[in-house]
Formats: sequence, structure tokens, C-alpha cells
Amino acid sequence: MTDGHALEDKSHFRGVWVFLEARKQGLRDVSVQLIREARRLADLRGTALTGILPGHGVEDLARHAIGYGLDRVIVVDDPILGIYQSRPFSQVMAQLIRRHKPEIVLYGASKNGRDLGGRLHAILETGLAADCVKFDIDAEGNLDMIRPSFGGKSLAHILCKKHRPQMASVRRNVFVTPPHDPSRTGEIVHETVELSTKDVDATLVEFREFTKEGGLRPEEADVVVSGGYGLRDPKNFAMLQELADLLGGAVAASRKAVDSGWVPKMFQVGQTGMTVRPKVYIAVGISGAVQHLAGMQESEKIVVINIDPKAPLFEIADYGIVGDLFEVVPEMIRQLKELKTGGVSSPQPVPATTR
Amino acid sequence: MTAAGEAAHRAMRIIVCIKQVPKAQELQVDPVTQTLRRVGVPSEINPPDANALEIALQMKDRHGAEVIVLSMGPTSFDESLERSVAMGADRAVLLTDRILGGSDTVPTAYALSETIQKIGGYDVLLCGEETTDASTGHVGPGIAGHLDLPQITYVSEIRIVDGKVRARRTAEDGTEWWETTMPCLCTVNFGCNRPREPTLSGKIRVKRGGVLVHWSCADVGIDPKKVGLLNSPTIVAKVDTVRLPSRSGQVFSGEAEEAVKKLLAALFADRVIVR
Repeated sequence: MTDGHALEDKSHFRGVWVFLEARKQGLRDVSVQLIREARRLADLRGTALTGILPGHGVEDLARHAIGYGLDRVIVVDDPILGIYQSRPFSQVMAQLIRRHKPEIVLYGASKNGRDLGGRLHAILETGLAADCVKFDIDAEGNLDMIRPSFGGKSLAHILCKKHRPQMASVRRNVFVTPPHDPSRTGEIVHETVELSTKDVDATLVEFREFTKEGGLRPEEADVVVSGGYGLRDPKNFAMLQELADLLGGAVAASRKAVDSGWVPKMFQVGQTGMTVRPKVYIAVGISGAVQHLAGMQESEKIVVINIDPKAPLFEIADYGIVGDLFEVVPEMIRQLKELKTGGVSSPQPVPATTR
Repeated sequence: MTAAGEAAHRAMRIIVCIKQVPKAQELQVDPVTQTLRRVGVPSEINPPDANALEIALQMKDRHGAEVIVLSMGPTSFDESLERSVAMGADRAVLLTDRILGGSDTVPTAYALSETIQKIGGYDVLLCGEETTDASTGHVGPGIAGHLDLPQITYVSEIRIVDGKVRARRTAEDGTEWWETTMPCLCTVNFGCNRPREPTLSGKIRVKRGGVLVHWSCADVGIDPKKVGLLNSPTIVAKVDTVRLPSRSGQVFSGEAEEAVKKLLAALFADRVIVR
């Protein structure tokens, strides 16, 4: 079942791979973001950059992906691969890795990316570092995989010296999306992997897509208004939503607000939640536990509103207001509305040109 | 006989893998050294694992099942295993051995898989989606890979329908219902339920003893050459303290009206919001 610990001479392993996760005729943006960083690593190693795209009818997508900086895309086309499924996808990846022996394989730390990477690293018996935020190549040519350690206040350098490939996952919004160059040329390689219906060991019986009725997702928003335990009551999140709407942004929450049952888990920012990287992160009534920082410290500007001047989050704030959020937030809403009706055009977030 | 057919003749067996972790909320950063103060921090069942246990106990309530809790670590983990039994699990197994120290997710998934096979007769394996201290989420799918089982990750609800497992998975784009055969492995979303408290009768069962066993690697038949720090593919080469990017840290004081006016002016000037 697994590859055992027989180590091969690792000099056979060459090339940098990125797992390309298809999503509704497109690529999941974490996959695209990874291409830029993987390009840098491939250039440092003087090797080719390959995207791996298992799917069905994904030729056009493969061609499109080249434009982000790939040298080639390996396409495995099979009806079984039309949607992501753990066993067929891990089988395809394992066989391709055994066949081509890449040195580095990167995955987006999406739900499917983690599902795949976790299964695969046990089958291949090689190292996988989760949620990396930075990469380097060390003096011996190993991939230095840098990830936040417990709580996000320190960074651990993970090395996988003896085993190949070296594998790592990266969360969304850690790297920025590279520009697309439609004129870039690259090779599309079709490969086959033996798959049969018995490899389908689970069936998707129902899918209900998240609607946009909950508003913009915090990961996609340029402005995030995030509420913590200081809000005292779930109904006070309505006030944050109003502020977010005025700024064209989205509402998120701290783990404490989620644990208290005020806000669904899917809005949680931090180590066990999502990572956001907006232009402005407005933290309202959040004291700033270390694990919260891990999910928002890359924001361009951080605004902290808290009654407690000793709240740790003030330490990383660009702007802060020490005051009662129940006065400050309504006042922000009032002034923004006034600006809106004052004949000046309404406040809008800057277009996302850099992502 | 198929696993499903067999399950009709005996109670379903659910094994829940848990880890004991320091309580995340109690952790503080030492302002001088910028490292986490771990000493004296109380422990808890890794919160997503507690959610997995709650799902197992609900399945036991609904369908009747034997719930076995499994962990790997030092004997201080007994505390969480005993709590699990007091909550309603039938018994607990701790894989504890010095040679396991420093194992990364590859040997951990291997050692847990071997222990699960020694327990045997399982229908459903449950893990939390990730641990709050290492937060990789790799061990659950790793076990499924080792044991070549179907896996459904990020699950909030499990139903048994016609001898099959039906699980509600939360992905980025929507809610998915997956159906698979037993035995299988599911990883459970953090916060998807409220784990129950230990009961008095549960605590009495723990006190009476005999609900928890300790196994060594030799007891299970784990290959010592495949576990521990030296047999882990990854190593932590070094740890840097993060110097967070210096920020201007301007605090606006005074009345709310004045402070908000200054704040909005600053944000407009930075062009992160525009008029």
C-alpha cells in the first residue's frame, strides 16, 4: 500500500510541480497563486515548472494555466476525474510522482488539497509541510519550508532531507496572483493512469452550492470587518455588517465569537479558520489571541477598535481607537453615510489590481 | 462477508483518534522572548477531536455502537482518554512508547494505522480535521492512505443509510453529501457540535478501572525502524521568532466623533478606502 522506507538516490528527482485544482471551468485561485512562487523555486533550482491537472475535458484550462508561468502541464483526462475524489486523485498523483520523480510538489491548502496531500504523503512515505508561508532553497539544495508554528508568532523551518519529493501546502492569499500572459507557450502532455470504476469508493450524492446571500466572502473582500467577544451578543454583528456594507467589505469573526455560537465557523479568521489579506482589516472587540494573528497579520492596514488599551492586537495595528465599540462603530457608520449623502461619491474599495 | 453485512450481526465499532493539546486560549506569548509560554498551561482534548467523539457518541445513541478512543503519546494523555470514557466512550487505548517521540505525521499515521488494525473489526474511523497545536490535518487522511480506506474529510454530520455511511462535508464552494461503504475514515470539522460533558456514571466507570489499556510498539508490532524522530521524513531545522512588520501604530484618542474622523481621513489618505 505504501512505498516503504527504501530510499532511492535523490539526485534522480528533478523538477518542481504544482497540483492544479480545477474549479468550475477555472482554476482555484490558490493554485494560480502557487504558480508564481513555484516559478521562483524552479528558477532557483534551474529546473522546469510543471502543473499537474487531473480532470475531464480540461485541455483549455491547461493551456490557460501555462500563461501564469508554467513550462508544461501534465493532463490526465478521465471521466472519473470530473470531480475531486480522494482515492482516484491520490492514485493519479502517486503514479505520476513515481513515474517522473519530481523534486518538489506543492499543493494549495484547500479542503481538497489537504485531503489529497495528507493521503498521498502517507502512501509515498515522504514529508509534507502544511500551510507554508515562505520557501527557500538551503545550501544543500533542499527546500526550506517555512510555516508558522503553534500560534503563529514564530516560524519553523521544515526540511525533508532524505525523502523525495519534498511536498508542501500553502493557504490561499499567502502569495499573490501572478499576471496572466496569454502569449506564453508551454507544452501540454497527456498521460494515462489506469483507473477503473472500482477506484471510485465514494459517491457525491448531493451538492448544495453556497449562495452569495451571506454577502461577499472575507477571503475575497478588500475590507474585512471582524468582530470578537467584545461584541457581547450575536445581534450586534448586524452593526458590523452595516459598516462592512458601507465599505464594500465582508464580516468575519474571531474564534471566541465562533465558539460562543454567535457566528458560523465559516467566518472564523485565524489558525483554525481562514487566512485573509484585505486592504483593510478592522478588528472590533478582538483582543488578539496569538492564533487570531496567524489569520490576518498580512493585511495591508490593520485597524483596531477596543476598549482595553492593553489588547495585544494594538501591537500590530496601523491605526487604533481606544474606546467603546458601541460608540465608535455607530459613529463610523454615521460619518460614512454622511459622506455618501453629502454629494461626494460613495466610499468604495480600491479595485483589486494587485491580486 | 462484507463489512456491512457483518455489521448487521454485531454492534458497529467506531474508533475515534484523539490527541491531547495545550488549551489554545490559555496560551500567552512571553513579551520578552516572544515565545509561547507552555509551562503550566492546562491540557484539553484537541477541540476538533472532541467534535469527532461527539459524532461517534451520537451514532452510538442512535444506532448502538461500540466507541473506542485511541491516542498516541505520553501517559499524561490518560487524562483525555479517561474524560472520553466518562463522556460515553466504551474503552480507550493509548499507544505509548519512548521510541515514538518526535514522530512527524508519516510515522504517526503509520503507528496509529497499525494500532487500529490490532484493535480490528472497525467500521468507522473518526479523527478531528486537524490539531490545534500542529494544525496539519495530515494524520487522518494519512491513516486512510495507509489502510487503503475510503476517506471523507471536513465532515459535520454522519448518517448510516442502508448500511452505508453518508457524510456531510463542508468544502469551499458548498455542502457535499458523500456516500461510502464501511469501513471508512472521516475527519470532523471543528465546532460542528457541542461535545457533551462527562456523566456521573461515566466517571464511575473510569474509577472502577479496566477501561484504558497502554500498548507499546512491541505490543502492537510496530516496526521501530519506521517511527520516531530519526525515521520522520521532516525535521524542524530551526525556529525563528517572527518580527511582525512594523506598523505606524497611530492611536486616535478623544471623543468618538473626533477619533473616527481622523481614522477615516487616514484610511482615505492611504487609499485603502476611497471616496
